[in-house]
Amino acid sequence: MEDLSLHILDIVENATNAGATLVSVSIEEDSKKDLLEITIKDNGSGMDAQSLNGIRDPFFTSRSTRRVGLGVPLLEAAAREAGGHLRVDSQPGRGTEVRATFQAGHIDRKPLGDMGATLISLIMGNPEVDFVYESNLNGKNTSLDTRSIKKEIEGVTTITDPAVLKLIQDLVNDPE
Amino acid sequence: MAKLRVEDLKRIKDASKGTVNLRDGAYRVKITVHMGTCGIAAGARKIMNSLLDKIQEADATDIILTSSGCAGLCNHEPMITVEVKDMAPVKYVLLDEEKIQRIFEEHVMKGNPVPEYALSVGSETTY
Repeated sequence: MEDLSLHILDIVENATNAGATLVSVSIEEDSKKDLLEITIKDNGSGMDAQSLNGIRDPFFTSRSTRRVGLGVPLLEAAAREAGGHLRVDSQPGRGTEVRATFQAGHIDRKPLGDMGATLISLIMGNPEVDFVYESNLNGKNTSLDTRSIKKEIEGVTTITDPAVLKLIQDLVNDPE
Repeated sequence: MAKLRVEDLKRIKDASKGTVNLRDGAYRVKITVHMGTCGIAAGARKIMNSLLDKIQEADATDIILTSSGCAGLCNHEPMITVEVKDMAPVKYVLLDEEKIQRIFEEHVMKGNPVPEYALSVGSETTY
């Protein structure tokens, strides 16, 4: 994966595949503390202790199309390379929270990348799932909630309208 | 704090007035981008965004763009499946911007599959 936004896309795809109807992604960067923290929380099916133990193992996967699952191990590797770590909390029936931390200024810390492209890919691919996105990058903030966007455009167009998605992408990539 | 401005949404509302939106229900073509870990690492997000641009350029409301997980053919990623109504679905493999352009023009818009970019056409021969 070239950048962190691709890792985030991958982990959120896991959440939607676990039947989540709401996924929240939050990114916080504080260069003074040399900290970048990414939290992805879903209300999907969650995992039991056995699955949770296996999640860092590349040869553990819930899927049957292939025998390896690299999404979580790759994110963990990216975090560790940058002096951080990965934590996964999950409860069956309640959902899962994945939290990755990085030393923000570490030379091996991957750039955040195009979070706007990640979000609109997720919305386009999973229009029935709602997403909450919040970022605070050294004081520059963005937030959006697809539930309120859907309400705003109800009856006129849908959230998968390219014009709406472009607007979301611009908003995410241009924080104030 | 940056927020989605109401006036931006209003602009979209005005722009879409009068056009019947089929994005929710009936559709003519469904394009599925395979977005497993393998697909994402190989560039599936770029493919997704590029298709979105093309749908917007064509001002098409009868095309559904969606995503799915790994199809078990990781070495062929990035991959999409194009399903034109009443036609067999076609899996396109090892995609890039140029191939997407042609598949969109030929298959999605005109209904003519592009066999040279497809995973396979037929699986058995009798000769």
